[in-house]
Amino acid sequence: MNKLIGLVIKDILKSKVIIIYTLFLAAFGWSVFSLESSSAKGALSLLNIILLSVPLVSIIFGNIYIYNSREFIELLVSQPIKRSTIWNSIFIALLIAVNLAFLIGIGIPVMIFSSNLIGLSVLLTGLFIGSIFTALALMGSIITKDKARGIGLSIMIWLFLTLIYDGLLLFLMFQFADYPIEKPMALFSSLNPIDLARIQMLLQIDESALMGYTGAIFKKFFGNFYGYIITIVLLMLWVIIPYWISLIKFKKKDL
Amino acid sequence: MIRLLYVILLLLFISNIVQAKQIQVGSKHQYKTIKAAIDSALDGDTIFINSGMYKECPVIVDKKITMIGVDRPILDGEHKHEVVSIKADSVVFKGFRIQNSGVSSINDIGGIKVYDRRWVSIVDNVLDNNFFAIYLQYSKHCLVKDNIIKSNAHDEQNSGNGIHCWKSDSLQIIHNVIEGHRDGIYFEFVKESIVWRNIARNNIRYGLHFMFSHNDSYFTNIFENNGAGIAVMYTKHVFMANNTFINNTGDACYGLLLKDISDSYIKGNRFQGNTIAMFLEGANRNIITKNIITENGWGMKVQANCEDNQIFENNFTANTFDVATNGSLVMSYFKKNYWDKYEGYDLDKDGIGDIPYHPLSVYSYVIEQNPISMLLFRSFMVTLMDRTERLIPSITPEAFVDLTPAFKPYKYD
Repeated sequence: MNKLIGLVIKDILKSKVIIIYTLFLAAFGWSVFSLESSSAKGALSLLNIILLSVPLVSIIFGNIYIYNSREFIELLVSQPIKRSTIWNSIFIALLIAVNLAFLIGIGIPVMIFSSNLIGLSVLLTGLFIGSIFTALALMGSIITKDKARGIGLSIMIWLFLTLIYDGLLLFLMFQFADYPIEKPMALFSSLNPIDLARIQMLLQIDESALMGYTGAIFKKFFGNFYGYIITIVLLMLWVIIPYWISLIKFKKKDL
Repeated sequence: MIRLLYVILLLLFISNIVQAKQIQVGSKHQYKTIKAAIDSALDGDTIFINSGMYKECPVIVDKKITMIGVDRPILDGEHKHEVVSIKADSVVFKGFRIQNSGVSSINDIGGIKVYDRRWVSIVDNVLDNNFFAIYLQYSKHCLVKDNIIKSNAHDEQNSGNGIHCWKSDSLQIIHNVIEGHRDGIYFEFVKESIVWRNIARNNIRYGLHFMFSHNDSYFTNIFENNGAGIAVMYTKHVFMANNTFINNTGDACYGLLLKDISDSYIKGNRFQGNTIAMFLEGANRNIITKNIITENGWGMKVQANCEDNQIFENNFTANTFDVATNGSLVMSYFKKNYWDKYEGYDLDKDGIGDIPYHPLSVYSYVIEQNPISMLLFRSFMVTLMDRTERLIPSITPEAFVDLTPAFKPYKYD
C-alpha cells in the first residue's frame, strides 16, 4: 500500500498543478502577513482563502485527478490488489498532496507571523477543509462516469456549501425572525463544514463581538470544550462519510 | 492697646497648640477602646490606634479629630454593624483595615460612612468585604485617596457599591482600587468633583456609574472587566480624558454607555476588547476625539436620537464593526478619523483620503435587525453583500459618512 501511495504521489507531482497551488498559497500567505498591520487581521484574510480557494482547488483537483488516471486505476484493478487498497492509497495520496501544499504554502508564514491559538486554528481548519473536499471529490467522481458532469457536480457542491447554503440560512432567519430559532439555526449551520470551520474561527477572532446578544448561543453551542469536540467530530464525519460512500461504490463499480 | 491685642492673640494660638493632644489606643496603652479615646478627645486631637482587632462597631467619630491607624489595626463589623460613621467636619481617617460590615436591604450600611460633612479625608485604608465600602452623603470637599477596596459580591441585590457618593459636591476620588463590588464608583447628584487614577475591575455591575452629576472630571482611570462595563447617564459637562476601558464583555455590556449625556468632552481614552466600546443614546453636543478604539466588537453605536456629536481624529482599528446605528437619521459628524478598513487612496499626499468613507457595514445593519444572523458573519455571501453595498450604498444611511478619513493612524500611544 505504501508503494502504491508513493506511486500516486509521484504521479500527482508530475502534473505540476499541485506545485503551482503551493506557490499560490505561499505567495498569498506571505503577502497577507507582510501587508496587514496585525496578525489577527492577517489570519482574517487567510480565512477567506481557506473558505473559498482551498475547497475549490481540493474538490476540482481531486476530481480531475481521478478522471485522468482512469487507465491507471483500471490497470491497478487488473493486478492482484484489493480494490479497497487501491482506493485507500489514492485517497491518502491526494490528502497528503493537498494538505502538504497547504502546510508549506500557508503553514510556514502562519508559524512565523502568527504562532498563537488563532494561527493554530487557521491551520487546523485549513487541513480539515482540504480533507473534506478531497473526500467529496472522490465521491463526486465515482457517482458519474462522465468527466464534464463530474466536474460540474463538484462545482455545484462547492457553490452550494460556500454560498447557497448560507443564503438559504439567511432567508430562513428572516422568515422565522419572530420565533426562537437560535438553536435550530446554530444546528443547521453546524451541518455545513465550511460554516462550522468559519464559526470556530469567529470564536477566536471576533470574540468580543460574539459576547453580545448571540454570544450566549455561540458560546453554549460551539465555544465550550464539548463544542470543540463536537466540531472536530462533525468535521471528521464530513471526511469519513463521503469517502466511505465512494469506497463502497468503487468496490462494486463496473469499470 | 494693639500690643496687648497681639499678646492675647498669641496666647490664644499657643493655648490651641497645647490643647491638641495625642491619644494612644491599644491593649498596652492608656485607652483600650476607640470609643473611650474619642469620648476623651477634643476637637483637633490626634488618636493613634495601634494594631489589633477592634470589635466595637459602629465607631462614631463625632469630633474634629485625626484618626491614624498604626500598623493597620482591624475594625471588624462582625457582619452586623456599620463599621465607621463620620459625623464631624475635617476628620482625617487613615491607615485602617475595615472589614465585614453588615448587609441590609433597608439601610445603606457602609464600611466608612460620612454623614453630611465637609473636609473629611479618608486615606490609605484597606476595606474588605463590606456592603457599601465608602459612602458619602451630602458631603463637600472630601478626599478619598489611596484606598484598596475589595469585596466578593455575588448578586446585585445583596451587594453595595465600592465608593458611593450621593448629593455631594467638590469631592476628590484619587488612586483607589475597587474590586468585586456592585458598582465600583457610584455618583448620584455629585457635582464639581474629580475622579483621578482609580482602578475599578471585576465589579459585578458597573465599574463607574453616575447620574445627574454635572461638571465632573474623570482622568486616567482604568475600568477593566466589569459585569456591565461603564454606564453614565443624565449628565451635562462631563470631562473624560486618558481613561482606559478594557475587556468589558457580555450581552448589554458597554465600554462606555453614554445615555443622555450632553455638552461633554471625551478625549484620549483607550477602548480595547469591549463588546460595545461606546454606546451613545440621546447624547447631544459631545466632542469625542483622539480616542483609541481597538479590538472591540462594535467600536461605536450611535443611536438615531443623538444630535450634534463631533467625532473626529479617533483611531478605529481591528474592531469587528467600527460603527453601527439603529435608524436612518444621522445627526452626528464624523471627520478625520482613521479607519483601518478604509480602502481609498491619497493622491495629493495631504494625509486625508481622497474619497469619503462609509464606515457602516451593511451587515451590522442586518445584525441590528436580526441578531441571530451574526451566525453567518464573515461568510462569503456576507462579504459579497458588504462589497456591493460599499460600491452602491442603498440600505445604509447616506449621511453616515466620514468625508475626510485620515490615511494613516494617529500616533497616540
